[in-house]
Amino acid sequence: MAKASSMGSRRGWLPVALLLLAASLLSPQTAAAAGDAASGEAEHAVQQHSERISGSAGDVLEDNPVGRLKVFIYDLPRKYNKKMVNKDPRCLNHMFAAEIFMHRFLLSSAVRTLNPKEADWFYTPVYTTCDLTPAGLPLPFKSPRVMRSAIQYISNKRPFWNRTDGADHFFVVPHDFAACFHYQEEKAIERGILPLLRRATLVQTFGQENHVCLKEGSIIIPPYAPPQKMQAHLISPDTPRSIFVYFRGLFYDTGNDPEGGYYARGARASLWENFKSNPLFDISTDHPATYYEDMQRAVFCLCPLGWAPWSPRLVEAVVFGCIPVIIADDIVLPFADAIPWEEIGVFVEEKDVPKLDTILTSMPIDDILRKQRLLANPSMKQAMLFPQPAQPRDAFHQILNGLARKLPHPEGTYLQPGDTRLNWTAGPVGDLKPW
Amino acid sequence: MMKSLLPQSGLRRSSVRGETGRPLGAAGAGADGAAADGGGAGAKAPASSTFWFLLHALCCLISLFLGFRFSRLLFFMLFSTTALYHSATTSSSAAVLRATTTTTTTTTTTTTTTNTFTLSFAAANPPPASLANRTALETAAMVKAGTSGNPQSHVVVGRHGIRIRPWPHPDPVEVMRAHRIMERVQEEQRRWYGVKEARQVLVVTPTYSRAFQALHLTGLLHTLRNVAYPLTWIVVEAGGTTNATAAMLSRSGLTYVHIPFPDRMPSDWADRHATENRMRLHALRVIRERKMDGVVVFADDSNVHTMELFDEVQKVQWMGAVSVGILAHTGAAEQPRLSEEDKQNMPLPVQGPACNSSGHLAGWHTFNSLPFSGKAATVVGEAAPVLPKGLEWAGFVLNSRMLWKDAEGKPDWVKDLDAVGENGEEIENPLTLLNDPSSVEPLGNCGKKVLLWWLRVEARADSKFPKG
Repeated sequence: MAKASSMGSRRGWLPVALLLLAASLLSPQTAAAAGDAASGEAEHAVQQHSERISGSAGDVLEDNPVGRLKVFIYDLPRKYNKKMVNKDPRCLNHMFAAEIFMHRFLLSSAVRTLNPKEADWFYTPVYTTCDLTPAGLPLPFKSPRVMRSAIQYISNKRPFWNRTDGADHFFVVPHDFAACFHYQEEKAIERGILPLLRRATLVQTFGQENHVCLKEGSIIIPPYAPPQKMQAHLISPDTPRSIFVYFRGLFYDTGNDPEGGYYARGARASLWENFKSNPLFDISTDHPATYYEDMQRAVFCLCPLGWAPWSPRLVEAVVFGCIPVIIADDIVLPFADAIPWEEIGVFVEEKDVPKLDTILTSMPIDDILRKQRLLANPSMKQAMLFPQPAQPRDAFHQILNGLARKLPHPEGTYLQPGDTRLNWTAGPVGDLKPW
Repeated sequence: MMKSLLPQSGLRRSSVRGETGRPLGAAGAGADGAAADGGGAGAKAPASSTFWFLLHALCCLISLFLGFRFSRLLFFMLFSTTALYHSATTSSSAAVLRATTTTTTTTTTTTTTTNTFTLSFAAANPPPASLANRTALETAAMVKAGTSGNPQSHVVVGRHGIRIRPWPHPDPVEVMRAHRIMERVQEEQRRWYGVKEARQVLVVTPTYSRAFQALHLTGLLHTLRNVAYPLTWIVVEAGGTTNATAAMLSRSGLTYVHIPFPDRMPSDWADRHATENRMRLHALRVIRERKMDGVVVFADDSNVHTMELFDEVQKVQWMGAVSVGILAHTGAAEQPRLSEEDKQNMPLPVQGPACNSSGHLAGWHTFNSLPFSGKAATVVGEAAPVLPKGLEWAGFVLNSRMLWKDAEGKPDWVKDLDAVGENGEEIENPLTLLNDPSSVEPLGNCGKKVLLWWLRVEARADSKFPKG
């Protein structure tokens, strides 16, 4: 009896053991298979060598705005746009040319509607940055009057401005301090944003937090950089990046700031004084013919503020795959809700400039490689450019995406008849003169 | 300062008193007293006048250096009723010293009296609306920085100090870290954009013991250490292996094969050329025996190689040709005098493949040695230009599988290695390894890019170098 029971128990133990053995044999195989799949994916990702970009608004960089909004373009007399360009065609090449190209893009875009009653947004093609000095710098002194005159025209011609006092209108103001219309920061702050534009959406390059010249709901765009010129200077991507930090530009502006300390809030001067003898920093005021090629051979490109915090260097750095080092306190970068700039660039506060070499060399290598992968994403490069003719996912489309994300218009956009919120006589007396 | 500052007024007063004293005349004591008074006043006047003069001069000097700021500061200090300034002095010192870390300050004073000063000390004027806010804060003595128009912003418009750290020089540890970062970035670049399967590079170098051997080998060694691909250095030494060479190779950190070659190197350039060819063939036989796999590059010890060469040779299928720049160099300080006509007719001193318009091999560029005829060196160590002979081996690269006895896909236009050089015939250039020389692949953008430089430099024949 005892023997039978012991034998029975042994036999009962055996199938369990067999099961366990089978399970142990199978699981490493599945683990291996899973491992293979994972490494295969990883390899695929490495081969793709770029990463998807998604900002605070989600993965919106590749959205198509067509069908999501309708834009009506006012027909302004030629003196507001075409005549200015004909008078000085340099307006098409300088860094403020976005206003002109945006107009041209919208004229032939699928979001354009000829019926203003169904439009979500209204665009006024007035070029306020096309009055150039002989040297090519735009004079902002007439811009407030030009803008005011344009708004008066559209409010008299059509009822849509008075319906909302401009809350569903947008304007492109690419100048130094946007709608403050001055190149000197103190004067720009004094003027503030043009009173008539208080309710409109401003599409501008200037962006700084808690600044008078940036109002809530503005869309920040990159400055215009000529896409064909940059394309022409592309070099083979396997050219090894052998420059650690690269910068070309002024450190002191002796013409406008002879005492020193005003230009760039002293940050550029600090860069020069601290790093002029550092072999890792290739910085100078030269104008080399190989500027674009050099950026493609550098790991970090400095983008410090100048008289205004924004500059085309950011666009160039992104297009050439060089990690931008942004030295401008509280700056707001283009399309900040679509592009997570903290993951792509390095932000250094102005007070930390003397420690810049320590900051950059102590960055973990994985961070640096990840930033380069994000920069290699073609959508990222496209979003910074204004190509002619327009291409999908370029800056024009990102602006439209931004406008589409602001829809539907909030409460308070449409006013009761007779209710006006704008003060047409506010501002300096000189602005009230007709143009 | 309401009192008159002018020192002369004191003098005038005393002189007037003196004058009025005189017509009186009667009171001599009064006149004496007046005179004494005048004298006393006169004695006091020079002291005070020099004092005022000095003060005036001091103010002038200070204004000269600090300018408008000092006088504005003075004006402000004297006329404001509730002065709320703080580090105004530090701001002015910022003009003189550049190593401060201060920012600018705004001093705002508002009082209930008519004295309302809004002195923005080089800062943005706040909009009038916010002045009302500031009256509430007036009681506490505080510094209010001029902001970008908004009380929450800490970014100040205006003049800033330029921050310079005490020792603005590079730190070697950081420099090394930066180099490591760049190495890693370049590795990643190669992984993304470079060749997918990196093949081993087999470098064949014939050498022999002479004065400049260590010089040339060290240069080549450093070049090969920088090559990013796995590498084996096959060194064939004429006259047998020497301890000096063996020591150098073992210290190099490279994978190497040190092969002795029984014959000694002759001292005549033509013979040396032939011996080198036999040494290279010997190396190729070793590769065949050991079935070494990779791309064979012929690197002569005195040549100069670029890094791009090693990237480019990875693309070779069976046999490739690259452009070699020829540096025909004399031992003497002056170059041979070439006539103007010769200089104009001389093509670029490059040996390499020539392509037709569709990018296929059409012929060869070779070095034109006519201008140098009669002036070329014949003996090693002679002070005359050393010229290449025909097509140099350095311009060719092979796939080592081409040398194997049996390899998959080996094309039929390749001769078997055993059939080459058996009868003691001279192997001028690698094209003799082929049946059909037109299948050579041109590399380096169809030969347009010069990837290495051919150079022969040896010590003078009478220099002392211990043989053996």
